[in-house]
Amino acid sequence: MTGASFFDLMNFGPNGWGWALITAAGVTVMVALAGFSLGAVIGTFGAWAKISGRGPIRVAAEVYTTVLRGIPDLLVIFLFYFGGSLALTAVYKFFGGEGFVSFPGFTAGALAIGFTSGAQHTEVFRGAYGAISQGEIEAAKATGMSRMLLFRRIIMPLLLRYALPGLGNVWQVVLKESALVSVTGLVELVRQAQLGAGSTREPFSFFLAAAILFLVITFVSNRVFRFSEAYFSRGVRGTR
Amino acid sequence: MIDFAFMYEALIRLVGGVPLTLQLSLIASAFGVIFAVTAALMQLSDSRVLRAIADAYVFVIRGTPLLVQIFLIYYGMGQFDFIRHSFLWALLREPYWCAIFALMFNTGAYGSQIVRGGLLSVPKGQIEAARSCGMPTVMIYRRIILPLAIRQALPAYGNEIILLTKATSLASIITMMEITGVAAKMIAETYRVVEVFLVAGGLYLLINFVLSRGVAMLERRLMRHTRTDSSTRSVQRRAA
Amino acid sequence: MSASVSAIPMDIAETSAPAVQIGDLHKNFGGLEVLKGLTFDVVEGQVVSILGSSGSGKSTLLRCINFLEAPSSGTITIGGETVRTKVGKTGDLVPADIGQLNRLRTSVGMVFQNFNLWSHKTVLENVMEGPVFVQGRPEAECREEAGEFLAKVGIYDKCDAYPAHLSGGQQQRAAIARVLAMHPAVMLFDEPTSALDPELVGEVLKVMRALADEGRTMLVVTHEMGFAREVSNRVIFLEKGTIEEDGSPEDVFGASKSERFRKFIAG
Ligand SMILES: Nc1ncnc2c1ncn2[C@@H]1O[C@H](COP(=O)(O)OP(=O)(O)O)[C@@H](O)[C@H]1O
Ligand SMILES: [Mg+2]
Repeated sequence: MTGASFFDLMNFGPNGWGWALITAAGVTVMVALAGFSLGAVIGTFGAWAKISGRGPIRVAAEVYTTVLRGIPDLLVIFLFYFGGSLALTAVYKFFGGEGFVSFPGFTAGALAIGFTSGAQHTEVFRGAYGAISQGEIEAAKATGMSRMLLFRRIIMPLLLRYALPGLGNVWQVVLKESALVSVTGLVELVRQAQLGAGSTREPFSFFLAAAILFLVITFVSNRVFRFSEAYFSRGVRGTR
Repeated sequence: MIDFAFMYEALIRLVGGVPLTLQLSLIASAFGVIFAVTAALMQLSDSRVLRAIADAYVFVIRGTPLLVQIFLIYYGMGQFDFIRHSFLWALLREPYWCAIFALMFNTGAYGSQIVRGGLLSVPKGQIEAARSCGMPTVMIYRRIILPLAIRQALPAYGNEIILLTKATSLASIITMMEITGVAAKMIAETYRVVEVFLVAGGLYLLINFVLSRGVAMLERRLMRHTRTDSSTRSVQRRAA
Repeated sequence: MSASVSAIPMDIAETSAPAVQIGDLHKNFGGLEVLKGLTFDVVEGQVVSILGSSGSGKSTLLRCINFLEAPSSGTITIGGETVRTKVGKTGDLVPADIGQLNRLRTSVGMVFQNFNLWSHKTVLENVMEGPVFVQGRPEAECREEAGEFLAKVGIYDKCDAYPAHLSGGQQQRAAIARVLAMHPAVMLFDEPTSALDPELVGEVLKVMRALADEGRTMLVVTHEMGFAREVSNRVIFLEKGTIEEDGSPEDVFGASKSERFRKFIAG
């Protein structure tokens, strides 16, 4: 590879791969975002189950986080992708269709990422909830706040304050995990790089470009998280 | 619904993948420790150049997906004629060694942060005490700093090895028949996703359980003469 | 009106309506009986000092009044309306109608030992939170009023500061302004000066004295004997979960028959 050939390949002209890679980077961010959001929802329930759930619910949450900590994400992606395809095929057969119907890679990926990151979100939210001072919650109850209002006005903002550093870590993990969704054929950054590598026989250039784009996304999202942390830490001693 | 006879068959075949999973994990962590310690010492050194190199290494590895790193090594290196004609090619055309190289670089970067934390936790007073009785620097490292740092870092490093073991599953994407590779093959042949997932996942959980027990035992041995408790540092996790 | 109040020789006791009525209040923590059947009324305009050694159940009593703690049995009546309860899973009483409880809670303000200001909101936002979001009053009106209450407690200049940047005395005065903004019928104070450095106690007591002079109804758990003697017009001495003394400060401090109370004030 020479410098010239790298930039020849990655330009934004009609014969360059620039736009294709940028678009694929967009897909990477989208699938990561979808999975992260689903994970946050699961994590909210998981944390609730661990904090105030009854026996069996708490045990279920405990099992969920322990199991997901130990199983490779790739296996979970296989489960959702092939499992989803089988279910779809069954439905298709039921209505008289023939052949194999494959599950959309984006959906399978987002579900798998959500399911795996949900375990990490659970731990982050549980830790953050534990950090909230009970006194602030009592003061809100004494003011006559309903549960909804208490959650929205007091618990949620404080929860975010304590959860954001952890959420930043989970996001970094999710972003990198999204690379594995390429095994479903979804044309995200890694899959696009594979396609480019295959058609030009310059694999190093393409995977290097993918790596650089991942670093850019990481860098930008770090900035966003640092900014939000500053916002939600307002009123913490030492910040203004 | 779930076919136990099939699950038994799956177990027999998947157990066949266990030795390769363990090999990848053990060899990569053994070499990875060398990278981790070297990078940590570089990050803590007085030389600005060494610090910059180590920082860049850690930033790039932690900011990009392991899968891209594997592809860069396995597919990317062949793009260069001088590599194809060097002695390295004997290793780099083997998926086995490519996977080990990538895992080793990867765990080296994550591990360096744990080692660095351990080194920083050694109280200054104890180093000064050693210096004041005339110990040379190398001896201070060997007799004082490293033993203390290892005790401090061990729990987090144990966690890192568990994460690395999960990460070995990515080797299946470059044709390695470790547990996940066998699982993917079985799913493609039989479409029995759930059963294969359960058995493969169970094997990983078992390996993790044994590993964490081992680390806990080692920790107890090292802690035998001390009463300080070891606090587990939280480590940024890799997508694997 | 219960016997214990009419026993107090004070004109307000005869002319005013009861603001808080406590009927046979029991509270157990596991096997530990902390409140052993308390019955008393507090009438409008009364300033009650609740004294007692540590662990005698003073905080538990206050916290049962607004159901931060679930009473084991008994009744709590606020402004003539009794909190409807049912027996919960733990055997303690839980509110049967959380809407009713929350409505009654808006008329019972509470000042905590550790201030408990909401750390993510400025002082002004802390004061406006209840009126705007719980009572649903217009924001502009509440903002103006919040400013007035903050001026009254002497920290108007700290409007836009966050609690963490205030001294303890300033935080406690902000907490008092937060309660005032709800226009409560009763104010509960749980050792409001105990977490303060000695030199900051005076500024909070001064505000409380001004509130008492306005004729507000207050229940104050305190170790400040000066406040109990001079500011309050009724003293209740709690000992091991029962009322050992109840009367005007003159009577209780001047001629207490209780050996334990004399020991208590002797320190
Ligand atoms: N949540 C609780 N669980 C168990 N015991 C408690 C709890 N709250 C208070 N107690 C006990 O009840 C008794 C009275 O406590 P408290 O009302 O706080 O006393 P005071 O405020 O008069 O010092 C103490 O013995 C205390 O240990
Ligand atoms: Mg108390």
